Amino acid sequence: MPREVDGMSLLMETEGMGVRPSLDGCIKCTICESACPYAAVTERFPGPKTVGPQEERFRHGPLSADWSVDYCSGCGICSRVCPQDVRIAEINSRARAQLKEQRGIPLRDQLLARPDVMGRLGRPIRPLFNWAMGTPLVRFPVERVIGIHRKAAVPTVAPRTFQQWARRHPRRPAQDRVVYFHGCSTNYFEPRLGRMVVAVLEHQGLAVEIPQQGCCGLPLQSNGNFPAARTYATRLARQLRSAPSEVPVIASSTSCALMLKREAREILGVEDPALVDVSQRTYDIFEYLRDLHEQGRLKTDFVPVELTVAYHAPCQQQNQLIGKPALDVLALVPGLKLVELDRDCCGVGGTYGIKREKYEISMAVGAGLFSDIKHTAPDLVLCDSETCRWHIAKATGFPVIHPLELLHRAYGGH
Amino acid sequence: MITDALVIGAGTAGLTAGIRLARGGLRVTVVASGEGCLPLASGTIDVLGFAPEAVQSPRGALPGFLDANPEHPYRISGLAGLEQSLAWFVKTTEPLGYHGELSRNQWVPTVLGGLRPTALVPRSMAAADLGAGGEVLIAGIRGFRDFHPALLAANLGRAAAAPAPAIRTRAVELEWPGSAGDMPPFRLARRLEDPEIRRRLAAQLHSQLGDATAVGLPAVLGRERAAEVHADLEQRLGRPVFEIPGLPPSLPGLRLFDCMRRALLDAGGRLLMGSTAISATHHRDTVDSVTITQASRPVKVSTGFVVLATGGFATGGIVRQPDGQLQEPVFGLPVHGLAPGQEPFGDVYLAEHPLDRVGLSTDAEGRPLGVAGGPHAVNLYAAGAVLAGALPWREKSGEGVSLATGWHAAEAILSGRREDAA
Repeated sequence: MPREVDGMSLLMETEGMGVRPSLDGCIKCTICESACPYAAVTERFPGPKTVGPQEERFRHGPLSADWSVDYCSGCGICSRVCPQDVRIAEINSRARAQLKEQRGIPLRDQLLARPDVMGRLGRPIRPLFNWAMGTPLVRFPVERVIGIHRKAAVPTVAPRTFQQWARRHPRRPAQDRVVYFHGCSTNYFEPRLGRMVVAVLEHQGLAVEIPQQGCCGLPLQSNGNFPAARTYATRLARQLRSAPSEVPVIASSTSCALMLKREAREILGVEDPALVDVSQRTYDIFEYLRDLHEQGRLKTDFVPVELTVAYHAPCQQQNQLIGKPALDVLALVPGLKLVELDRDCCGVGGTYGIKREKYEISMAVGAGLFSDIKHTAPDLVLCDSETCRWHIAKATGFPVIHPLELLHRAYGGH
Repeated sequence: MITDALVIGAGTAGLTAGIRLARGGLRVTVVASGEGCLPLASGTIDVLGFAPEAVQSPRGALPGFLDANPEHPYRISGLAGLEQSLAWFVKTTEPLGYHGELSRNQWVPTVLGGLRPTALVPRSMAAADLGAGGEVLIAGIRGFRDFHPALLAANLGRAAAAPAPAIRTRAVELEWPGSAGDMPPFRLARRLEDPEIRRRLAAQLHSQLGDATAVGLPAVLGRERAAEVHADLEQRLGRPVFEIPGLPPSLPGLRLFDCMRRALLDAGGRLLMGSTAISATHHRDTVDSVTITQASRPVKVSTGFVVLATGGFATGGIVRQPDGQLQEPVFGLPVHGLAPGQEPFGDVYLAEHPLDRVGLSTDAEGRPLGVAGGPHAVNLYAAGAVLAGALPWREKSGEGVSLATGWHAAEAILSGRREDAA
């Protein structure tokens, strides 16, 4: 009879291998290099294998061979395509942090790494901030002095935070509860998205809890400040743990979801029990809705949406290894014509493509995606990640929204 | 997660099965722990090159070859199934323009200047068949470390075995127009999609053409716009241009991967790259779910059918336990091909090892055998390099086996469903 293999113990074995020792599995097949969208367009980044498993041999303590690892955007495609399970992107992320520790983190990167601080500082001077960021005459000196590229997409600060709205939003009692992890972007820049997430979840008959919450630390991690990132991630996990242990944590920011699920543990090495617990029950919003549908519990009282929409799955969403659940769920909406954009990376890499020295690389990486979008000429572009949405919208001129906004509309929302 | 058919592995066998099943109306999920063999492959379709002497006609040689190798995976599809799978492949990869005849192998140059037999080549290698001799110019790019035209040309001049006509070769090294930085093949390929770069390369080549009837170049002629790059160079040079695949990463293999992945998505299939299948659950004689890894916790994928296309020992489809036991890791299937107590490795590194022939044995339909001797499950099929009985690198049969068995696994599933419906 069929033999059961103990899957869990196999998984533990792989996890136990750790990030750095995994480079021993590298057979130099170059699959990661040929899949890397950054190495393809710039000589400044020699490729994930070269700066990763290869250069790692020359890194002893604080010493690093050169700066090139800073031109990795952290998209993680290399780790996903590696057939030998080498944690290439994770090795490179750690190497970058080591480099920064040694040489210091520029003021600009310190700033970009703290969206919560930017949001908090920007809100009192909101009209000025939003005007300044939209005005080329201001963006030129900003580029010269701070190093944020004048053409890079920068979000606008919303008049009220999502948390302010959530505090007044009446909590609906229901048997099934979920915790909503909204992230900084929803709080300061796109509170509308948060309200729609709550509406869609409540429409399923769920009680939505929205604890006070800070930044997950991902931008700090990708800008090389690991100590601060660890503090942020641990604090957030404790905040989200306010509900009992079986309650799922639902995230609408896909890169922040991945931070909780894996990166804080794997890259930062956080072992706090709160984080370990939360990472096991964090769900991407569409991953959760797809599960509901497969259990026959998703409401399907949709109104037809007669639109052509093109969907781009961002890297950090793909790195969750959950497939493309937004496509699975939106396929249920009548009238909707869904086009799957078969591209890996838009090029922005969180805060990578905003930087003066990397903007052109970022645009070259995204060129294929932008041209596919223009060729498809959809009514709307859908993408789960906020920084990618802003980048794609700015680069193509097409409106780019979170797929959840479309689902909200399909439920008759406005 | 729920799917009608789960394919484990995204190499030639897995993608073939996945595309066919998706076109057949099933919800298909292809899960792969990484990109499979294709980014490393030459992009040609080998069917049978040595049996063990050089094969001129795979169609002619296959019946005798199967008689001599009754456990060979080709027995699952049979010759007819193999031919159907090749025809299906040519149609599915139409943008790449594969061509060739099962009745005649083509002899194409290797990057060291040897000649090797293969059945189908993409359009970019249409002029690479030097089996009938020829006058070729081999052009490299100075600074590109993986392609040495003088070495290649010299060896190629000696490669043609009598009574085949001679291959007359000349070598030239071109100056790359632009930055002389590091030149990985994928970046060269992308740069060559710029017409200005091509114009300047072609201008250098033009004066060197002489009597050459064809020009061989390293296989870096574009990725997304490869057809345009190739056609443009032929037009500028006024004679056939062919690619010579070399060290990985291989652009012809990557183009094939791009093309098949796109065909899977176009057919409505899903590709889950980076997840590893780790275990399965069964109900009576049926596999009902496979557990795969995700970023934070494994998830069960409920499925009606499974195609196991995880490759051989080199890609983790077969693993060796610390106690020396060989095993298929997802279902715990027994591995055949090694006698009890037989050492898996020989003494000479670059020679045949007993381990090379191990793999899964199947029933006549391609269902792998379990520990009890019969099929492990009624809805589990195996395809590609995970199968026992072939020695692809020696036979030159790798792509043929993967296509034929991947195609056949889908055929068995689809025809089973048709019978159920009738």
